[in-house]
This record gives sequence, structure tokens and C-alpha cells, in this order.
Amino acid sequence: MSSATTPPDSDPTGRRRVHSMLKLYYGLNEEGTAAEQAESLDPCDINGPHFDPEVYLNKLRKDCSLCELMDHESCMVKQIRSLDSDMQTLVYENYNKFISATDTIRKMKNDFKKMEDEMDCLSANMAAITEFSARISGTLQDQHAQITKLSGVHTLLRKLQFLFELPARLNKCLELQAYAQAVSAHRRARCVLQQYSHMPSFRGIQDDCHVIMEQLAQQLRQKFRDGGSSAKDLSECVELLLQLDEPAEELCDKFLSHAQSRLEADLQGLEAELKDSAFTDTGGGSVQKTSPGSNPISPSSSSVINPFLSPTAGTDILEFIDRGCNEFVSSLCLVIASYQELFINRPQEGELASKNIPEMANGKLHVFVDTLAARYFSLVERRIQEEKGVGDNSLLVRALDRFHRRLQAITKLLPGSAVPSHGTEIVVRAARERIKQYLSALQTFYHDSLTDVRQALAAPRLAVGGASASGGGVTSKDATPSLPELLTSLSNFILNQLKSVLASVHLFTAKDITFSNKPYFKGEFCSQGVREGLVVSFIKFICQSSRQYCESAGDRGGSTPPALLLLLSRLCLDYETSTISYILTLTDEQFLVQHHTPVTPVTALCAEAREAAQKLLNHYVKVQGLIISQMLRKSVETRDWVNTIEPRNVRAVMKRVVEDTTSIDVQVGLLYEEGVRKAHSSDSSKRTFSVYSSSRQQIRYAPSYTPSAPMDTNLLSNIHKLFSERIDIFSPVEFNKVSVLTGIIKISLKTFLECVRIRTFGRYGLQQIQVDCHYLQMYLWRFVSDENLVHFLLDEIVGSAAHRCLDPSPMEQSVIEVICERG
Amino acid sequence: MKMDDDAPVIYGLEFQARALTAQTAETDAIRFLVGTQSLKFDNQIHIIDFDDENNMINKSVLLHDAGEIWHISGSPADKAVLTTCYSKTSENRVLTCAAVWRMPPEWESGSHESPDDSSNNPQTLELLCHLDNTAHGSVACVLWEPLGDGKRVISLAENHVLLWDLQESSTKATISSTATLEGKGQLKFTAGKWSPHHNSTQLVTANDTAIRGWDLRSMSQIYCIENAHGQLVRDLDFNPNKQYYLASCGDDCKVKFWDVRHINEPVKCLEEHSHWVWSVRYNHSHDQLLLTGSSDSRVILSNMVSISSEPFGHLVDDDDLSDNEENQQEDKGKEPLQDSIIATYEEHEDSVYAVEWSAADPWLFASLSYDGRLVINRVPRALKYRILL
Repeated sequence: MSSATTPPDSDPTGRRRVHSMLKLYYGLNEEGTAAEQAESLDPCDINGPHFDPEVYLNKLRKDCSLCELMDHESCMVKQIRSLDSDMQTLVYENYNKFISATDTIRKMKNDFKKMEDEMDCLSANMAAITEFSARISGTLQDQHAQITKLSGVHTLLRKLQFLFELPARLNKCLELQAYAQAVSAHRRARCVLQQYSHMPSFRGIQDDCHVIMEQLAQQLRQKFRDGGSSAKDLSECVELLLQLDEPAEELCDKFLSHAQSRLEADLQGLEAELKDSAFTDTGGGSVQKTSPGSNPISPSSSSVINPFLSPTAGTDILEFIDRGCNEFVSSLCLVIASYQELFINRPQEGELASKNIPEMANGKLHVFVDTLAARYFSLVERRIQEEKGVGDNSLLVRALDRFHRRLQAITKLLPGSAVPSHGTEIVVRAARERIKQYLSALQTFYHDSLTDVRQALAAPRLAVGGASASGGGVTSKDATPSLPELLTSLSNFILNQLKSVLASVHLFTAKDITFSNKPYFKGEFCSQGVREGLVVSFIKFICQSSRQYCESAGDRGGSTPPALLLLLSRLCLDYETSTISYILTLTDEQFLVQHHTPVTPVTALCAEAREAAQKLLNHYVKVQGLIISQMLRKSVETRDWVNTIEPRNVRAVMKRVVEDTTSIDVQVGLLYEEGVRKAHSSDSSKRTFSVYSSSRQQIRYAPSYTPSAPMDTNLLSNIHKLFSERIDIFSPVEFNKVSVLTGIIKISLKTFLECVRIRTFGRYGLQQIQVDCHYLQMYLWRFVSDENLVHFLLDEIVGSAAHRCLDPSPMEQSVIEVICERG
Repeated sequence: MKMDDDAPVIYGLEFQARALTAQTAETDAIRFLVGTQSLKFDNQIHIIDFDDENNMINKSVLLHDAGEIWHISGSPADKAVLTTCYSKTSENRVLTCAAVWRMPPEWESGSHESPDDSSNNPQTLELLCHLDNTAHGSVACVLWEPLGDGKRVISLAENHVLLWDLQESSTKATISSTATLEGKGQLKFTAGKWSPHHNSTQLVTANDTAIRGWDLRSMSQIYCIENAHGQLVRDLDFNPNKQYYLASCGDDCKVKFWDVRHINEPVKCLEEHSHWVWSVRYNHSHDQLLLTGSSDSRVILSNMVSISSEPFGHLVDDDDLSDNEENQQEDKGKEPLQDSIIATYEEHEDSVYAVEWSAADPWLFASLSYDGRLVINRVPRALKYRILL
């Protein structure tokens, strides 16, 4: 107050100090002035904190003129006055506030005085209460201790009583079958009894309890063993037994062995069935022959159990699997479920939790399930293996489906188990096996068909209604079928059979079959199994078996009829041109084969088929050529050519040769196209004959008949050979009639030539050869692609005969012609 | 060595011919004998000497006026002695006879001076003795005892096996024992071979499709391969190093190899020719080399390693080699030797009825076709070195 009233002009520094002290007092910070302070370090700043009046005055005195000083002084006085009046205004304004504040403070002082008195009174009272309380507790001290002791004794006594009563109580519980109570009671007492077991009385109790509990455990075990009780009972039983320190492992084992005995019974039932059917199921294996028209392996006849198709007199596989599923698998599932309920999925409390029962139990369960499932699987596999009749596939597929589907339950119950995957493996194996069976069935079918064809071929042409010979394979109403008919029917039969097999196999991949979406059935089954294992193998088998006909026959008596060779050759050729690609496309479409693994390309198969066709046709040519060769050979070898009579007609064997050649021509013409001829002289045999006889023959043979120059013959012959191509006798033929016939005739005439060369001829012998060759010339040229070939070979024969002739005087050409005309 | 060393050497006879043999007793000169077939002219035996150094042929001609020659065979002991089977026509009857001949001692000196003259003035063979067979019919072939002293021969006449002893310097022949093949139909031997194994006590013959083995001590059949070939069996030969192995060929265009202890199946079968195979010959030293001649006018040289006596190549004694490792490595590279056709010779234009290895040079062979062309060829050098090294 005093400082505030100090006149401002007297000491501005003091006033400023007061100002700042006020600010400090009221908690105003100095921040607002900080900038100001920084600005006014100058001691000459009259408003700055560092203002030094001495310096200021000196400065003014130094700097200013008198006049200025005067002005400055008056200005300053003016400022001081205005400040003074401001201050006074402020003081007056706040005066009333100070007055009332002083009043308030004074009033408060009085009130506090009163309160202080009351507080003193209160503290005095409290001291009195404390004193009283201390006195009371001092008097009650002894009694309190006594009561506490008594209550302790009481509790102990109750416990003891419990202990003493325990055996009786347990007995009662036992009687009432209140096992849970008994166990909990026993558990409560167990530790104590254990602890005080050195005292005889407690020991007695403990022993009694022990016996009783033993009895109880016995009963529980009995109950557990009976198993007939409900799942809840059972679970309680197990729980109690576990609490009774019964080893969990043993319990698991017991439970499982108990279950096992039941499951074993199921399995034995299945096995018995298996044995039964093994006796009855013997004659499966081959595709049934049925009359054409009705499809023997029709997938539509699904549920109808045709006794003709399924040879199992006992149960079919579906029934078997059904039984297996219903009895074994479902009880197995039950066992698993209840076991899990009992040992694995229970909330574990107390010390039991530490024993890690679920893990142990789970391990046991897995072993248990695995062993039993393995036995079951082996039975199922045995049953599947018995399923050899390829008649109705749908039954097997449905059985497998069911088998597989039921195993899924185990997956759900027992997530980590290998059983379902084993099951899938079985299905996969069965599918593989099935494909193999189908392949062999197809092969058998193919062989049977061929046998039929063979019989049809062997049947005499005249036989009417001889279709009986052709069994299921080839039938024709009124006469033995011709080659083309046989071919088409054979090829159709094979194709239909293959298609129906494909349809049957297709069942494996049907959408509603559970296992069809397994990766195996999506990928490998289609590509490696069906396409490669079945279709490609079958085609390869056809080719291979065809080739075998070429190898075995001819050498060692295994005589394949030539017509069959021809037919098979055409079949293979047809396969090459169209059938193979058709079949494979069909397969690929049906099975949506995605080729992850390399598969046999169509071209390779076609090449194989073509090779087989070529081989067969070559062999056909060889066989037919051989037949004619043999006739010619015998005819040359058995005759005494030196002492033969003058030829009067063509030898019968030559006519036979021509006849046979003609019939071969017809036969081949039925299956193969005509083919191209070289330099076809379409006129009669006359013309070619004249060329052959007059110009060529004269020049060729004239020198050899004159014994002057032996060199000439060779020379001419060699010159001739120089210009003609080398003739490969047993060379591959083309797929047409002319080429085939050319091959056969080449073989025959070459044989004729070689045979002539090792004989010696008399005059008439040579002439007979001339006649024969002319006759052949007349008829054979028309069959071959290049008639010059026939000319050349016949020239060579006559030439060789002339060489080998003791008295070479050839017959007049005109006479030869006459004889040949006459027949 | 000349560049064209492997090129064939061709010699042309004026007559047709089927009989060819190497001069068995001659081990220095490469010499072949060819017998001609002519019904109208005097038949000849051409002695073909091959000069390996100059790649040239020297020939001498001996007259064989008894008839056309179907088979010829040289004595293993005396190089001047040989047998022929020739056909003789008398009274409109053709009979094939056999005789033992001696070459005149001067033929060698006479021929070399003027080869061109030899045909003009040929010398005649000296007849030692007939293997008289009037009682037994036509002779198919005459076989000398292999490695023998030239005193025993076998002739196969129709269905008879006749064992002859040649006495008094081969001037007298007596039948020491005979065997006859009995059976249905007209049986006739087509070919035979005297086994060089088992002390020369075994003979193998072919008739029709069957091959038969004979024991010469008892003159009885010891085995018979029925239907050995699909058609006629044309020729046989023994493996010179494996006593039970036998090759046969026939009209089914096949060459088959037999182990006579297991006659149900051939050990191996070749089907390379496109017509009848008339002749099959094992190389005398290296039995993997096999020569076949066929009426498809081809001669085929095959390398049948797998059934040879050296299936893993030449057995080299490792002790002899200083640098073992290198050789072993080479051996490994060489080991998977496979049966293969080495070469097909197409120099002939007519049926080849006879092929023969040289007796002197194991790498050289001759083939004879019906038109009288004799071709001398060598085993390709690459193969020769592979076998030798």
C-alpha cells in the first residue's frame, strides 16, 4: 500500500520493483515482459528494467542542447503527472474491495475460535472411550483364547468323526451305488489317513477304507467291463476310476480290448462270408458272350443283380461292403466316439490333468483303429480281388463308393488317422486292378472273336446256316459270311466291347461317387489308367498279337489260315487310318484326360498298327507264295525231266497255280483296293505273249542253243540284268491287291526258277517247261503291277531250263500256243 | 596299304558254277577252287589265287571232264587232293557221282607264266578213285574229316551216310561203315557237315526241314531237330570254337543258330535275306563272323557276338599289357557289343550258291554266283581292328 502510494516521479525504479513483486505475489508469470526486457537492455530506455537515471541524465546532458533539455524536462513532468493521476484513479477504484475483504477475514477469525473449542471437547471424549475399551478387552482376554481353542477342537473332532465314520459311510454308499459320493469322501480323507497311518487306529480306518474302495473299484471295473450301461454311466465310471488312481492306460486298454472283441466278431462274420463266397465264386473272369445286339456290359443294368453276370452265388460285393459298413465301421465309429468322450474330450481337473491322459489315450486309439482297420481292409481287399467278373461294374463302384463314404466318418471322428487315406488307397488299387481285369477281359474277348472268325473261315463255303459255328462273334443268317462282313463285324464287336468297357470304367469318375474327386481319379486314373493302361494297352495288344501270328506260324506248324492274316492286316490298317484316333478321342472326351504325364501319342500307335498291318500282309504274301511254291517245287522235283514224253498239254499243276492265284486275287480284292499297275497293256494275253515269245525270247535264247560261244549267254543275260532292277523276292508289299499278288507271284516264280536250276532236262523236258511257262504267262500277267516282271522271271526259267538241257531243241512257238489254247 | 584295299575283287568264269571251296590244306596262299557247271562243254576247276599284296587274282584251270560239278571239297591234309561231286549222264539217266582227284603237280608252274594261255591248254585232273555209289544213288556232297590226315571221307548219297577209308595214297576207297535214314517218303540228304569237335566223331546232316546229328562210331542218330526251318534246310556249319553250336540256313530265308543240347528252340534267328539262303559259313578263327549267301544275289557278313566264343570281345590278357587302366577303359567302351549286320555285298547279279572263308587269311572270303562270278571280299578293316585289338 505504501509503495503504491509513493509518488511515481520520486523513484521509478522502486515502483517498478513493487510492480514486479505484486506480479510475483499474484502468480503472474513474467513471460509477457520477457520480450520487453530483452528489448530494453539499454539503460537509457526509460521504460526498460535496466534504466539507469544517472546514465540517462548524463546522456541527455551530453547529447541535448539546453533547449532540448528543457523540452525534455517539461515532457517528462507531463508524463509523470499523467501517471500520478492514473495511479490515484486505480487506488480509489479498489478501495471498497479492500475494505470488505478486511471485514470478511475478521468474521472468519471469530468462527474458527468457536470451532477450536468444540474440537477440544471431542478429543477429550475420544480419550475416555479409548480408555474404557482397553479396560474391557483386558478383562475379556482369557475367555476369548479358551473359546478359540474349543472351536478348534470341535473342528478336529468333526474331522475325526468323519474319518471314523468313513468306512461305514463308504459301505453305505457302496450299497446305494452312490459311487461318486464314496469316491469324493474317500478322496477327502485319503491324505489325512495317509499322513497318520502310523497310528494304529487311523491305520485301521485306512485299511478298512482301502478294502472298501478296492471293492468299489472292483464294482466300477465290473460295470465298466460290462459296458452295457449307458455312455453317461460309463463315463462316470471311468471318471471315478481315474480318481481312484486307476492307471488311465490300463483303463484305455481295457476299454479298447473290450471293444476289440466285439469288433472282431464283426470281422469274423465278414471273413466267414468271404470264405463262403470263395467256395461259390469260381467261374468269373471272362466276358460273357451274348448274342450281338444286346450289350453285354451295359452300365445301365446297375442295380439288377443278374445271376448270369455276377457269379457269386452268395453275397455280392455291395452286400458285403454294406455289411462291413453297417456292422464293423459303424461300431468302430461308436467305439471311437465313446472312447473320445471318455478319455479324450473330458475337461481335466486337478492332478489328472497333469497326467496328460488325452495324448496317451489318443495314441492308443490310433493304434487300435489302425490295427482293426488294417484287418478290415485286408478283408475288403480280398473280397474285391474276388470280384473278377467284369460283367457289372456299377456294383463294384457303388460298393467302393459306400466303403469310401463310410470311412469319411472316421475322418471326422479321428482327424489325424491314416485310415481314410488307406481306404482311398484301396479304392485306387481296386480301380487299377479293375482296369487290368478289363484289359485282360478285352484281350480274351479279342481272342475269342478271332477264334470265331477262324471257325467261320474254316467252315465250308457251302454250309448254309452254318452260323452255329460262329458262336457269339459272327453271325449271319443264311450263309457263312464273306471276308468283308467278317471284318466289319469283328471290328464292330471290338469297338462296341471297348466302348462298353469305357462306359463301365467311366463309373469310377461319376460325379456322385465320393472318391471321384480324389486327385488320383481326376488325373492319373484317366490318363495313366484308362487311356494308357486300358485303351492304349489294348491297341498295342492287338498289334502285338497280330505280329505273333506272323512269327509263330509257318515255321512250326502253327498254321494260321491265310485269310485270317489278310483280315487282321486290314483290321490293323483300318485301325491306323481311323479307329485308333477315334477311340482315343472318345476316351479323351469321356474322361477329360488332362495329360500331366506323357502319354502315348496317337501317331506312335498308328505307326505300330501300320507296322503290324504291314507285317501281317507281308506274312500273308509269304504264306500264300509258299503254298504255290510248294506245288511248283514238288512238280519240278518229282519228275524225271530227262526221260519225259513230248508235251501234249499244260501240266495240271500249272492250272492249279493259276486257279489258286485267281482265288487269292478274289480274296485280296475283297479287302484291299486294286492298286496301280505299271505300263498296263490292257489288251489280251496274246499281245504280251507275242512280244515275249518272238522278239525277246528269240534274241535271248538263240545263242545258248548254238554251242559256239558260251560267253554270249552270260554276257547277254548280264546285260539284261544290268538294265533291269534287282528283284527282291520277299520284299514288303504295299496295301493294295496288285502289290500283294505281285509279291505272291514273284515268290512262286523264283521258286520255280531255283528248282529248275538244280534239275537236268531232256529235250521234251525243256519243251514242257516252255509250255508251262507260256501258260503261266497267259494268265499271270494280269495280276501283277509290272508285267515285265513276270516276263523276266519266266524268261529266266525257260533260259535256265535251256541251260540245263542235254538236248536243247525248243518247241515251235505256234505249237506251244496251240497246246496252251487247248488248255 | 592302298586306299581301295577293302574294295571287292571280281573274277568271272565263262560257265555257270555252284561249287566253291577254299583249299583247306593251303595255309600260305589265299586259294579258292571253283567247279563249273556246263552240260555242253568240258567242265573245269578254276584255281583262284589271290595276291593280297597287289590285290590281284591269278587263275589256273584244270580240266574236269567227268561232268558238271555240284560240290567240291579239298583234302585237309594234302593240298593237291580234292573231291568233287559231279553229274554223269548215261542212258538217259542223270546220276551224281563222287570221286577223289589229284591236281597235276605242274599246274602251278604252268599257270603263272601266261594266264591267258591256260584256258587254251588246260591240264587234266588225275583221278585217284571213285567213291562208287551206284548202289546208293546220287551223292549230295563229300565231306573230309576235319583236321584229319586226309584218309577218311563221308559221302551223303540220297538217304545214306557212307564213311569211306582212303587207302594206298587215296587210290582206293572202301566203305567202312554206313547209316541209312529211314522214314516215310523219299528221304534225301541235302547237306551235311562233319563236326570238328568231339574227336571228329559227329556228323550233322540236313534233309528236308530236319537237322540230324549222327555219331560216327555207332553210325546212329543222336539228335534230330524236326522242322528246324520252315522249308528246306540248305546248309549247315559248326561253330569252330563252341562244340555244341551250329548254324543252319534254308529256304525260309532264315539263318538259325542252334545249341544241339537244347534243340527245341534256336538260340538265335536271323532273317536278313529276301530269298533262300544257300550257304552259311563260320569264320574259322573268329566265330562271331558269319557269312551267308542267298539266291537274292546278296552276301551278308554278320557279327554274331552274343553267341560267339568271345561274347565280350577279344579276351586280352591283362598281364601282357603295361598300361592296364587305359585298356580297361577301352574295354568298357567296347563291352556292349551287339549282334549286327556288318555288311551286305551286292556285287552279284545272280543267285549266290556258295560262300567260303579263305583257309589262309581269316579276314578274306569268296562268294560265287550262278552266273560264274566269283567275288573276293575282306572283312571291313574297322571291324577287324576292333576284334583284334
